[in-house]
Amino acid sequence: MDLSRRDLFKIGGKLLVLASAGATLEEIIGAAPPSQAYRMADHWWGMIIDIDKCIGCGNCVRACSQENHVPAGYFRTWVERYQVEEGKQPQVDSPNGAMDGFPPSKREDLKSFFVPKLCNQCASSPCVQVCPVGATFVSPDGVVLVDETYCLGCRYCIQACPYGCRYLHPEKHTVDKCTLCYHRITKGLTTACCESCPTGARQLVDFKNPKDPVHEFLRNNKVEVLKPYMATQAKVYYKDLDGAVR
Amino acid sequence: MGRLFQNAGHLIRPALVLLAGFGVFLVIRAVVVPKDFGEYGHYRAGALDMISARPISYAGHSQCVLCHDQEAKVHGGGKHANVACEACHGPLAKHTDDPTANVPKLPDVANLCRRCHEKDAAKPKGFPQVDTVAHSQGMLCNNCHQPHNPQL
Repeated sequence: MDLSRRDLFKIGGKLLVLASAGATLEEIIGAAPPSQAYRMADHWWGMIIDIDKCIGCGNCVRACSQENHVPAGYFRTWVERYQVEEGKQPQVDSPNGAMDGFPPSKREDLKSFFVPKLCNQCASSPCVQVCPVGATFVSPDGVVLVDETYCLGCRYCIQACPYGCRYLHPEKHTVDKCTLCYHRITKGLTTACCESCPTGARQLVDFKNPKDPVHEFLRNNKVEVLKPYMATQAKVYYKDLDGAVR
Repeated sequence: MGRLFQNAGHLIRPALVLLAGFGVFLVIRAVVVPKDFGEYGHYRAGALDMISARPISYAGHSQCVLCHDQEAKVHGGGKHANVACEACHGPLAKHTDDPTANVPKLPDVANLCRRCHEKDAAKPKGFPQVDTVAHSQGMLCNNCHQPHNPQL
């Protein structure tokens, strides 16, 4: 077959136009736009808690329990009330995890405040390190999760957690804990506790989102994580955390 | 040299048993360990999809205001503007899925307001608090106050 240079260019040009049209068509018809799909690599979840805003209403505890079907008497999140007298051990109470709020404080002359607690979503978590079967792990988006089909119920992680955030589910006999409402945040919603907090004391944050208010919050406030000396790289930051809090 | 291999059978036989054992281990491992184990780390990648597939109970404030625009208008201009609907009304994802079949109950006002606004030394100083018994002698708060847009 004789093919002149001119013919070759003609055929090549036609092929190029066809290929680019095909590619554009594929882009239009193709799967949902990338902004819709959840990409784990784009997120690194955590929470910020403003102690001075917490009123101890227990909304978060009830919301968590209803959203995640937490069995009665067990808590994925709870609220503690600290009452600190100078030179003495702090008194801490959390009646039923603050599910029904708190009875009024007996004394008014003490330093007192509420501290909401939940899984600290440690980036270097002791619970993950001790799991013998790989049932608990830090997800690529920074949430500590439990694979309940893999968990043996050995309770090793319950002992390892420095914050007491895990429990053995009384019916499933596997370990259960705060998932940072993974089923919600992957759908673009906030956690149940943050959704129901009336004062904005708790806020879900994404450290990988440059527009997230967390960056300003961390820059403008004095913050601390719980038990920093445990080197767990916790991602739940407390504003104005008192030294009495454990 | 010949004497060295005289009793080689004593070595070869246990070696074969060990090899067979290792083979059995490999076969069992291939069958038992899920295919997606280790995709992201030392865990089953499928667990992530399993957990994120759980159903939600709280629909979210943005869902409520799609229909209840009147309430949203009143609520949005008041002191409770930043309190989400479901903070007081409870989880209502079922209601947003099928508004007619799942009609929400009104909140229990006797306990609802008190949980946030009952006077307590541990609450932040600037937060509006009241000794409910002395204030209203057991009368329900919404007799005087409009919960969506409370006036003091």
